[in-house]
Amino acid sequence: MSTAHDATPSDARARFRMERKPRLLRLVAEGQWTTKDAAKLDVALRGIDVGDAVDAEIDGTGLEKLDSAGAWLLVRTKREWEGKGKRVAPIALAEMYGSLIHSVEHEHTAPPVVIHNRHTLEAFVTRIGKATIHGAKQGLGILGYLGRVTVEVTEAIYHPRGNLRVAALVHQVEETGINALPIVGLLSFLIGIVLAYQGADQLKRFGAEVFTINLLGVGLLRELGGLVTAIIVAGRSGSAFTAQIGSMRVNQEIDAMQTIGINTVDALVLPRIIGLVIALPFLTFYADIMGLIGGAVMCYFDLGITIPVFMRQLQEAVSVNTFMVGLIKAPVFAFIISLVGCYEGLQVESNAASVGRLTTRSVVESIFLVIVLDAGFSIMFSIIGI
Amino acid sequence: MPGGSEKEAIIKVRGLVNGFGDQLLHDHIDLDVYRGEVLGVVGGSGTGKSVLLRSIIGLNEFRAGTVEVFGTDTANLNEAHMREIEMRWGVLFQEGALFSSQTIAENIQVPLREYTKMSQELMNEIASMKLSLVGLDETAASKHPSELSGGMKKRAGLARALALDPDIVFLDEPTAGLDPISANMFDELVKDLQQSLNLTVFMVTHDLDTLRATTDRIAVLVDKKIIVGPIDELRKNPHPWIQEYFSGPRGRAAA
Repeated sequence: MSTAHDATPSDARARFRMERKPRLLRLVAEGQWTTKDAAKLDVALRGIDVGDAVDAEIDGTGLEKLDSAGAWLLVRTKREWEGKGKRVAPIALAEMYGSLIHSVEHEHTAPPVVIHNRHTLEAFVTRIGKATIHGAKQGLGILGYLGRVTVEVTEAIYHPRGNLRVAALVHQVEETGINALPIVGLLSFLIGIVLAYQGADQLKRFGAEVFTINLLGVGLLRELGGLVTAIIVAGRSGSAFTAQIGSMRVNQEIDAMQTIGINTVDALVLPRIIGLVIALPFLTFYADIMGLIGGAVMCYFDLGITIPVFMRQLQEAVSVNTFMVGLIKAPVFAFIISLVGCYEGLQVESNAASVGRLTTRSVVESIFLVIVLDAGFSIMFSIIGI
Repeated sequence: MPGGSEKEAIIKVRGLVNGFGDQLLHDHIDLDVYRGEVLGVVGGSGTGKSVLLRSIIGLNEFRAGTVEVFGTDTANLNEAHMREIEMRWGVLFQEGALFSSQTIAENIQVPLREYTKMSQELMNEIASMKLSLVGLDETAASKHPSELSGGMKKRAGLARALALDPDIVFLDEPTAGLDPISANMFDELVKDLQQSLNLTVFMVTHDLDTLRATTDRIAVLVDKKIIVGPIDELRKNPHPWIQEYFSGPRGRAAA
């Protein structure tokens, strides 16, 4: 009264057959039960109809090869049958697999791991919530840091303890200011050209080509010169601040400084902030000039406006106020860019991945803040009527 | 084992030459690793222990020589053949090299997903089993690597290396940075797994206790060459570095 049948194709490397007697259910495993064929075995084993036999046996003595995945499948089947009320005899195996089956059967009782699906609606809402809280915390953090830096800067100016590091400051001015001249110059020159070209194109329709110069003068000096420079510097120097301070953090250099008794704000943050506050207005001025030169070149070639005519029209179009309005924003932008850069650098944790993440964040935040501040300035100036 | 030609050499290195610039690191070294043994690789700093390991697993291009794994020369294999070989070894890197964006359970399932067609259900069961094998409990499964201690990271890395039930595992300084208790536990773990899974273990280490506790033979990199033997045989070797290494204060303490 024994029924034996192949549960898997007989040519497979891993196979088993079931033998059914009235009171006994027998699984005979043969071939190579390894990770390679575990997927197929898994499906076949889950499909076994256990019937109503009371006793069960698992016979693996005929196995040619067994690894831990195969052993797990045997153990799982045994546990499943026991769960269904069968009396299952210990798994019969060749002696060489004794320690393997022991490790899998007796040292492993934990449930399967749970993989959380990150693409559910719940996870999505959770992410939004987390991001909101994170954003609020981030804002508070920067605000707190702003306070600390303001206190330190004021102290450094009013009660100089000789703690302002002049060499570091000069180095920062060189790094963030002088070394940025080529890129800032080229880009503002090009923006001058583009602005003049587009402006001339539109104004030509009204026969008001000469007002291209007004557009250039006001647009560049008041808004674009400062904004473009600040954005370039945020990408160039703000990111550098975060990366430099961040990698010092990863390297435990900041910890070392603190144990030696060096004030990290004095040593790392102030030179960067003051250096950029000095450098950015000069850079902005330089960008204004380069943009005007670009515009003048374009006016000459596109509209035939000579340089003396350009100069005269420019003088009429812009007042000193226009120029000053553009320039006065530069130190504020510089302060924000360097503050965010240094703050994010100090937020770096002790792994290299966070340096990259925070550098990106630092650039995005400082560009965002620069544009928001610029909008704020516009409103303020229009209220006070400049 | 000298004259052990009846044993099957699972890794066969012949005439391997490695170097950086003008500096020669390995000068025509030969090395056999036999199936089922634990081989420890030691040597001073900068003697190229890790470079040797990387040369064998194909992460480092060497200047000359051949590396045979499972009887196949790994130099000119096409991608499909190389994958077949890669499926049969697991590597534990020094810091674990766990994928930081994934949980430990997902890390273990990466090789399973890459090489097999298992159902998610079975992969979850197998990940849980591998974690038990390396002595981590289920709470570690849903954590990210950054939330684990150094010792746990190494165990998790070992679980990932063992995901496909490889024939060979390569361990790069498995006990470096662990406290002595964790290091001892790791030694025992390696020994246990080696026996129950019938692994061949290639282990770069500096830890004399580990060498004594787990290895069958030791390969010493000295003078750009390699000297291989069981630990007791090496103790008798007159080479000054080997003498200093095994008979210095630390070496005696580990004996």
